[in-house]
Amino acid sequence: MTQITDNFRYWILIMPALAIMIIFYIYPVLGIWQISVTEPEAGFGNYVRMVDSSAVRTSFLITFRVAAITTVGCLILGYIVAYTIANFASRLTPLMLALVLLPFWVSVLIRSFSWIVLLGRSGLVNDTLRDMGFIDAPLRLMHNELGVLIAMIHVMLPFAILPMLANMRGISDTYVKAARGLGASEWTAFRSVYLPQTLPGVMSGVLLVFVLALGFYITPALLGGGRVLMISEYITYQIQEFLAWGLGSALSVALLIATALVLLIAARFVNLRSILLDRK
Amino acid sequence: MMPISAFRIFFQTGAWAVLAFLVLPLLIVIPVSLTDTSFIGLPRDGLSLQHYENYLTDREWLSATWTSIWIGVVVASLATALGTAFSIGCWFLSNRASQIARWILIVPILVPPVVQALGFYRFWVQLGLIDTYAGVILAHTLLALPYVSISVFAALANLDRNIIRAARGLGASVWQTTLAVVTPAARPGMMTGFVFAFIVSFDEIVSVLFITVRGVTTLPKMIWEGIQENIDPTIAAVATLLVLLTLIATAIGALRRS
Repeated sequence: MTQITDNFRYWILIMPALAIMIIFYIYPVLGIWQISVTEPEAGFGNYVRMVDSSAVRTSFLITFRVAAITTVGCLILGYIVAYTIANFASRLTPLMLALVLLPFWVSVLIRSFSWIVLLGRSGLVNDTLRDMGFIDAPLRLMHNELGVLIAMIHVMLPFAILPMLANMRGISDTYVKAARGLGASEWTAFRSVYLPQTLPGVMSGVLLVFVLALGFYITPALLGGGRVLMISEYITYQIQEFLAWGLGSALSVALLIATALVLLIAARFVNLRSILLDRK
Repeated sequence: MMPISAFRIFFQTGAWAVLAFLVLPLLIVIPVSLTDTSFIGLPRDGLSLQHYENYLTDREWLSATWTSIWIGVVVASLATALGTAFSIGCWFLSNRASQIARWILIVPILVPPVVQALGFYRFWVQLGLIDTYAGVILAHTLLALPYVSISVFAALANLDRNIIRAARGLGASVWQTTLAVVTPAARPGMMTGFVFAFIVSFDEIVSVLFITVRGVTTLPKMIWEGIQENIDPTIAAVATLLVLLTLIATAIGALRRS
């Protein structure tokens, strides 16, 4: 009896947050499905148009390509930073960590703005190169996939570094020492002993970056200049320019399903619970 | 001392190069904000504070800043209160149902921002919340809740359940135990959650673009519109102030840790 009333009290603590999340978030997000099959007319017309449209196909292709390249870039660059912070302790280690956290706390909007200032036609990179006589005409560093990728990798890097670092800090150095003692070179010990132990951290970093990159809007919209239409920007474009709510909603459902599929596939290889729910 | 190997040189130089890539682009807004020109670029003939003056005297910029700050504080307070109660309840229960509830609460982290903004927009129209402060606060609170619930739950992971049994055994009610034993243990997580929630709200832009028109203008919205319409160096001044503020906060955090 007391157990039942206790459980009831625990649910009183849980309910307010859970209720507003379900009513004001889950319900409207699921409601998008309804818009996609009722506007402009009932039926699956929007989905037919979506599948038939080559612009939509291109947009999905760009989205997955940008997300994949961003993920690989973040993985490689982030691994080097995480490895150094975790394994070469020095007086500068706290500084290195602070330098990872600083951009993490600065808003994506500001970081994208910095890249516009740097990469624009008369941006600082082009101006400097011209003043130094390296180039005559400005390079196209922005309003193309290159600019989007540079800024996306910059924005996403901390999301790759932090989980990898958390994982590396839990790895004991005895195995690498044993391998070294048995005659393995530093590179061999790293490749065949250390690297495999870091795979869980790598997988969480990869998953976080990929899922976030799939739905990213701000950076591609600002750096892409309308030429790198990732699916999120394509959706707003449909809605704001053409008031095509039905098609925009159908695309949203498709993006949502794509994200869910990535998570479901990832769940077969990694422990989603420890990556998402029990994050430190 | 060991000789420094090529292996080590590769990783250490590589790491500093990547850190330079991470941080230097942020600092570029500092010289640009001090430009004496009326367009984005490095100072030509000298340094000027005109863009800071413009920011600090412009009614629109100031009111947007103030709006973002107070909405952020309200959102952080609401999200911390709701999220802490939620996490404590889930921690007590620790059964399958409570785990499903925890998954539901972190959904906003995974849903693409544009998709959730679309959902908000349609529902907020029905509720009459478009272009209202209440609408923005509600949306931001929902987006901030995952971060609070994760950090509070992480703080409770180290709390010994025997202490709860002792408290209950000595006659404390669920509420007394929650207030006197669990909440103090959750406090570090609540503080982290509060900061996270404030920043989530303070930086949020996509939902604000969908659910506000002219009535509500936040700082990110001003910056966004400024970038879209005409890039004037006032944005660089605002960006510099925000970067420096973050720099100071990060430095304090790093010093306190070490």
